[in-house]
Amino acid sequence: MALDKQTVAKVAHLARIRVEEDELETLAGEMNSIIGWVEQLGEVDTDGVEPMTSAVDLKLRLREDAITDGDYPDRVLKNGPSTEMHFYVVPKVVE
Amino acid sequence: MGDIIKGETGDWEIVMGLEVHAQITSKSKLFSGAATNFGGDPNEQVSLVDAAMPGMLPVLNAECVRQGVRTGLALKAQINKRSVFARKNYFYADLPQGYQISQYEEPVVGEGEVQIDLADGTSKSIGIERLHLEQDAGKSLHDQHPSKSYIDLNRSGVALMEIVSKPDMRSADEATAYVNKLRSIVRYIGSCDGNMAEGSMRADVNISVRKAGEPMGTRTELKNLNSVRFIRQAIEIEAKRQVKVIEGGGEITQETRLFDPTKGETRSMRSKEDAHDYRYFPDPDLLPLELEDAFIDECLKSLPELPDEKKARFMADYGLGAYDAGVLVADQETAAYFEEAAKAAGDAKLAANWITVELFGRLNKAGTDLGDSPISAKQIGELIGLIKDDTISGKIAKDVFDEMFETSKDPGVIVEEKGLKQITDTGAIESIVDDIIANNEGQVSAYRGGKTGLLGWFVGQVMKQTQGKANPGVVNKLLKDKLDG
Repeated sequence: MALDKQTVAKVAHLARIRVEEDELETLAGEMNSIIGWVEQLGEVDTDGVEPMTSAVDLKLRLREDAITDGDYPDRVLKNGPSTEMHFYVVPKVVE
Repeated sequence: MGDIIKGETGDWEIVMGLEVHAQITSKSKLFSGAATNFGGDPNEQVSLVDAAMPGMLPVLNAECVRQGVRTGLALKAQINKRSVFARKNYFYADLPQGYQISQYEEPVVGEGEVQIDLADGTSKSIGIERLHLEQDAGKSLHDQHPSKSYIDLNRSGVALMEIVSKPDMRSADEATAYVNKLRSIVRYIGSCDGNMAEGSMRADVNISVRKAGEPMGTRTELKNLNSVRFIRQAIEIEAKRQVKVIEGGGEITQETRLFDPTKGETRSMRSKEDAHDYRYFPDPDLLPLELEDAFIDECLKSLPELPDEKKARFMADYGLGAYDAGVLVADQETAAYFEEAAKAAGDAKLAANWITVELFGRLNKAGTDLGDSPISAKQIGELIGLIKDDTISGKIAKDVFDEMFETSKDPGVIVEEKGLKQITDTGAIESIVDDIIANNEGQVSAYRGGKTGLLGWFVGQVMKQTQGKANPGVVNKLLKDKLDG
C-alpha cells in the first residue's frame, strides 16, 4: 500500500493538522516507509491466531455507578482559550 | 401497509432503517464518575475524563453494561459475551476527545427483533441489527453570540445505547410504531426514561425509495429527529424529495440531511462531508468487555413482564382485541390502571372501553395524562359496577363520568347527590308511557300506520320526563308492547 500526496492531504485535513503543499511529498515518503516497515509483519503466518488487543493479561475493570467526580467547572474550563458564563467559546459552528 | 408515493412514472415504495439513540438511565457517565442529570448548570457535570484532559483514562460503568444487556434481552437479541470498544474519529467542537468511544465490529448485542403494533390491529416484525454502547457528545449553543458557539460538556460522555434496525420499515406509520415500541420496552425495563423532549431518545432515519420489486435505492440519513411527529414529517418530506429528484433525471447522493421543521424541508449537512471517514480502531485504553453467563442470566431474571407478553395475556385473560390490548400495555402505569379498574368493575372489556375511549379522550382534551388523572382506577370500576347492576344507565354514566372528571368524587356519591338513580320500577315508567301515548294520538296512529321509526321519538319523550333516568330497556319494551299491542 502506497500513500499518494492526495491521501496525505486528506488525512491531515481529517486530523485538522495544517500541512503546506510543498510538505506533502516528503510526508508521503516518510509515511510510506513507516507503513512498509510495519508491513513486514505480514510475512508472519497468523492463521488461527486471535488479534491481540492488549499486552497485559487483565480483564476489563468495571466501576460502580456512583457520582464521584465533576462539579468543578472552573477547573474544567481553566485551559480554555476563551470561556464565558462557564461555557467554552469557539468559532461559530452551525449547520 | 407500506406508504406508496405516486410519482409521474409510477408508484414508489419507501425503505427505511432506524438508528435510535437511547440514553441509559444511570447516575454517572459511561466512562467517568460525573453526574448525568438533565438541566445542570453549564459544565458542572463534567470530569476531567469527559473534558478529555491529557492522561485521563476511561473506566467502564457496570450499570450501563447491565442496562445495555437487559435491553438486548428485551429485544430478543443475541448477547455477545465478548465485545470491543472502538474509537470513532471525527472533529467537532463538542467532542473534546476528537473521537467518540463506541463499538464497531464487535457490539455487545447482536441481532434481535421487535414486534410493532399497527393501527389496523396487525403486527409486523422489525429486525434489530445490533445494539452498542457509546458516549454522547457535548452540546453547542449557537444563539448566544453572532460569531461564536458556546459549548457545554454536561452531556459529554453520557451513556447511550444505539439501537440499529434492519431496513424493514415501509411507511411512516411503521417507523413511528417502531419508535413507540422501543420507547415502551426501554421504559418497561427501566434502561432509558424515553423522554424525547429532553433528548433521552432520538432517531436517525436511513431512507431510500424504489419501484416495487426493484433493488434498494441510494439512501440518505436524516439526523437527530427528537419527536415522533418530526420523524413522521421528515420521512414524508424526504421520500417525496427523493422521488422528485429521481424522476427529474437526477441521482440521490448518499449523504446526511437535516430536517428543518419550520421550513418543512430536509437539507444537506455539508459539515458532515467527511463524517463517514471515521477511521475506527479498537480503543487502546479499554480491554474487551467479557460477560459471564451468570451475569446474563441475572439480567434476564431481572426483566419484568414485557409489553408483548402483557398484551398476549390481556387478550387471553381479558378477551381484549389486539388494538385495545396494545394501547393499554404501551406503558406500565396504564396497564396497571386497567388491571385495577377491570378487577373493581368485574368486567374487563367495559373497563378497557371506558379507559381508552372516555378517560383517554378527556385526558387528551385536558392536555394531561394518566399520571394526573382525576379519576382513580377503583372509581372507574365502581362506575361500571353501577351500570352493570342497573343503578344507572350507560347514558347517565357519561354525565357521572364528566362530574367525576371535574370533582374526583366517587360515582356512588354523585349518583346519590344528584338523584340520578335509574328508574327500573316498571309501574312508575308504565304510567308515564301511558300518559305519553294518551296525549300524542297523532304520533301513535302514524306509528301504527307503519312509521315505526317514531319509536325513538317516544323513547325520547319518556326520557325527557324522567330526566334520562328511566331504564332504557324497560322503556323500550313497555312502549313496544303498548304501541304494537
